[in-house]
Amino acid sequence: MAGRFDEELRGFREVQRLAYACTEAVAAQLRPGVTERAAARMQREWLRERGVQDWFHLPFAWFGDRTAFAGFRVPLQFFPTGRRLEPGMPFILDLAPVHRGFTADVGYAGCLGPSPLHERMVADLGAHRDLVLREVRERRPLREIYEDVDRLMVRQGYANRHRAYPFGVIAHKVGRVRERPWAPRLFGFGVQSLKGLAADALHGHREGWSPLWSPYRFSDHPPRPGLWAVEPHLGFRGTGVKFEELLVVTDSRDPQESAFWLDDDLPHVRRRQEERAVA
Amino acid sequence: MSGQGRGIDGARERRVRSDGIELCVVELGDAADPTVVLVHGYPDSKEVWYDVARRLRDRFHVVLYDVRGHGGSTAPVPLRGGFTLEKLTDDFLAVADAVSPDAPVHLVGHDWGSVQGWEFVTVPRTEGRVASFTSVSGPSLDHFGHWIKDRMARPTPRRVAQLLGQGARSWYVGALHVPALPEAAWRGPLGKRWPRMLERAERLPSGGHPAGSLADDAAHGAWLYRDNVRARLRHPRTDAYAHVPVQLVTPTGDAFLSERLYDDLGRWAPRLVRRTLAAKHWVPRTRPDQMASWIAEFVTAQETARQSGAPARPPAGTGPYARHFGGRLVLVTGAASGIGRATAFAFAEAGARVVAVDRDAAGAARTAELARLTGAQEAWAECCDVSDEQAMEKLAAKVAAEYGVVDVLVNNAGIGLGGTFMDTTAEEWRAVLDVNLWGVIHGCRAFGRQMAERGQGGHIVNTASAAAFQPSKSLTAYSTSKAAVLMLTECLRAELAGKGIGVSAICPGIVNTGIVAATRFAGLSEEEQRRHREKVGRAYARRNYPPEKVAESVLRAVIHDRAVLPVAPEAHVLRFVSRFAPRLGRAIARIDPPL
Repeated sequence: MAGRFDEELRGFREVQRLAYACTEAVAAQLRPGVTERAAARMQREWLRERGVQDWFHLPFAWFGDRTAFAGFRVPLQFFPTGRRLEPGMPFILDLAPVHRGFTADVGYAGCLGPSPLHERMVADLGAHRDLVLREVRERRPLREIYEDVDRLMVRQGYANRHRAYPFGVIAHKVGRVRERPWAPRLFGFGVQSLKGLAADALHGHREGWSPLWSPYRFSDHPPRPGLWAVEPHLGFRGTGVKFEELLVVTDSRDPQESAFWLDDDLPHVRRRQEERAVA
Repeated sequence: MSGQGRGIDGARERRVRSDGIELCVVELGDAADPTVVLVHGYPDSKEVWYDVARRLRDRFHVVLYDVRGHGGSTAPVPLRGGFTLEKLTDDFLAVADAVSPDAPVHLVGHDWGSVQGWEFVTVPRTEGRVASFTSVSGPSLDHFGHWIKDRMARPTPRRVAQLLGQGARSWYVGALHVPALPEAAWRGPLGKRWPRMLERAERLPSGGHPAGSLADDAAHGAWLYRDNVRARLRHPRTDAYAHVPVQLVTPTGDAFLSERLYDDLGRWAPRLVRRTLAAKHWVPRTRPDQMASWIAEFVTAQETARQSGAPARPPAGTGPYARHFGGRLVLVTGAASGIGRATAFAFAEAGARVVAVDRDAAGAARTAELARLTGAQEAWAECCDVSDEQAMEKLAAKVAAEYGVVDVLVNNAGIGLGGTFMDTTAEEWRAVLDVNLWGVIHGCRAFGRQMAERGQGGHIVNTASAAAFQPSKSLTAYSTSKAAVLMLTECLRAELAGKGIGVSAICPGIVNTGIVAATRFAGLSEEEQRRHREKVGRAYARRNYPPEKVAESVLRAVIHDRAVLPVAPEAHVLRFVSRFAPRLGRAIARIDPPL
């Protein structure tokens, strides 16, 4: 049993690494004048070349004040636009490939050129990674953890921008997806993945939990075992910063085993470790 | 003649000859420092710049001269044809060569000094002799000519309105073209009454200026108009492009020049920095501190760039408000969270120097840190309880000594208190009035007094609330405190209007801030308090009106000098109800809140 569990985790870890490798490769190619659509296409093509055929959702790219979802009112605004990257602009790449049936959902925040504000925000985002893990291990209701994240953001001087996502989610469950030769999509989301989410939602509705981690009452339950793609998103006056990675929640009684980040060898984690080493 | 070199210690006076004219030139400061040449307008003499010159002399080699026919300079004979812009350019070059033969000079002009300045920086023969130009209240006649032509060529209603607006302001230009009459008026009654008229209409500080030579200056200066205006407006030069970086200072209350005149200026001056100031026409006399600091900042940036060969660093601040608040000192109380913090950031983004005050020292420090990252020229955190009079007095003294006199004061600190009158204890009343009302009073007393004593304008913004005009049986103490703030604001506004200090009240509706988390609900147990807070907090989060929008309103209130500014739709509705349907407001006041 444990062996299969580890094997599964390895599968998820591999696809998550692949996704992050994609973000780093694409981020390195971003130049002034590149549009969001072009950046999204670069991610798609990079992953297609490496065997990705299905998606939880197609890659997103946000540039400039769109990283903070400034003026977003309808979900269609999340889709990449013709906005061009300029020097000094922040950007976010967000992609969720499915590879060999394993799903990853990752987010990468960067900036074209040095920006002390952006660096500060990325550093401050690290505190949320610790907070989420600590409180999930304490088995606090997800809604309360959400509010604690909110409070920390306010204390830091930032606005919560994950509230702009559908249902205001800070995280959502992901799982295995059956591999099919044909992978249809609906509004940029893979139909197979949506089916999985819908099945979870149905189960959850019966059992009193939800695969969406939101500020609403339906998230007023302790963390549910499984894989959660956690995506806290900070906004500050036209600059947005996020990370997204998989959190493994188990039913183990041992706090360390009960929840852990799937992988600690990710760009934003390494960056933080380097900063700590310097400090 | 009188006044030349007088009233300023250590001034070195010299005469410079140009084209048969003797120009009276005064120098201040070390000649090794970068040279700043200040040129006066009409009807003035170089004394108009003395207040600014005094503030610049420690850092710059400051040069002032009387334009031909003014003050201590001699007048051309005959007068007609002796004041053309070409001849004025000769004068300027003669002065520049005399005072700074090796390095280009930084030019600053007010009124006709600025009109001339535009000529100096747009003709090829001055290239290499001017390093930068700061223009105050004086457009280029060529640009003005094109501005009129553009509007005549395509007279949309808006453009016609702009033309008429400027035409109404320019009536005196026509009057000055009448032969002999202006001279007679200046040498007669107008010359005698002019200083008093200026004091009253322009709120100029009395004494010192205009100089005793006013009547002759004004009579001679009429030829500035007669020799140039008609010719240039009819046939404006098409090559009047500035070959140096230009800083444009626009006073919003200028009786003679419309702000719209400068709308197309980017076309003529590619390296343009805009500054806007709530003041009337005679900025060098009414706002010398601000003028000196903008000149110093601009000149230093250009000088550094010239020496290093790199492009000049743009002034701090981005966005539409940078021209209003760049380099100005702003103090915000309650700046560790919510509206105060957002306001500090909004000013920071506009390039202001921000002092973040809060009793939460860590929160204030965080605000200051982010403010610096956002674009504030400088930002400091100060820990202070606004309800403590002595602490506020001490803070005011410290701020004045270390950072200067505050230009914009935002009295924002406030706490919430829910509950009916019967449930509210005397202690709770005191707590809420201490912060919400006394905090504002202490702020206005300590910092408002400094502003008034400086006499160079400023602005005070008090954060009231929509609760200030909407009664509610379950928000008695809070509403009372905010209503008091609103009335205090109105009274203070009337009192300080004569000093050029604006006072505004911001009345936000339901804004998603931390105020609920710190709110007490009178007459409830701790457990009920917590529940109430959570419930109200969630309602506020659902309403989700961001404090950033309130912050932007604060900036707008300062720029447009608004008396009362409701923010968020509910605040507008409640204000409307309180004014036109007070009985409805009273009915709303009786509703039990859904808790």
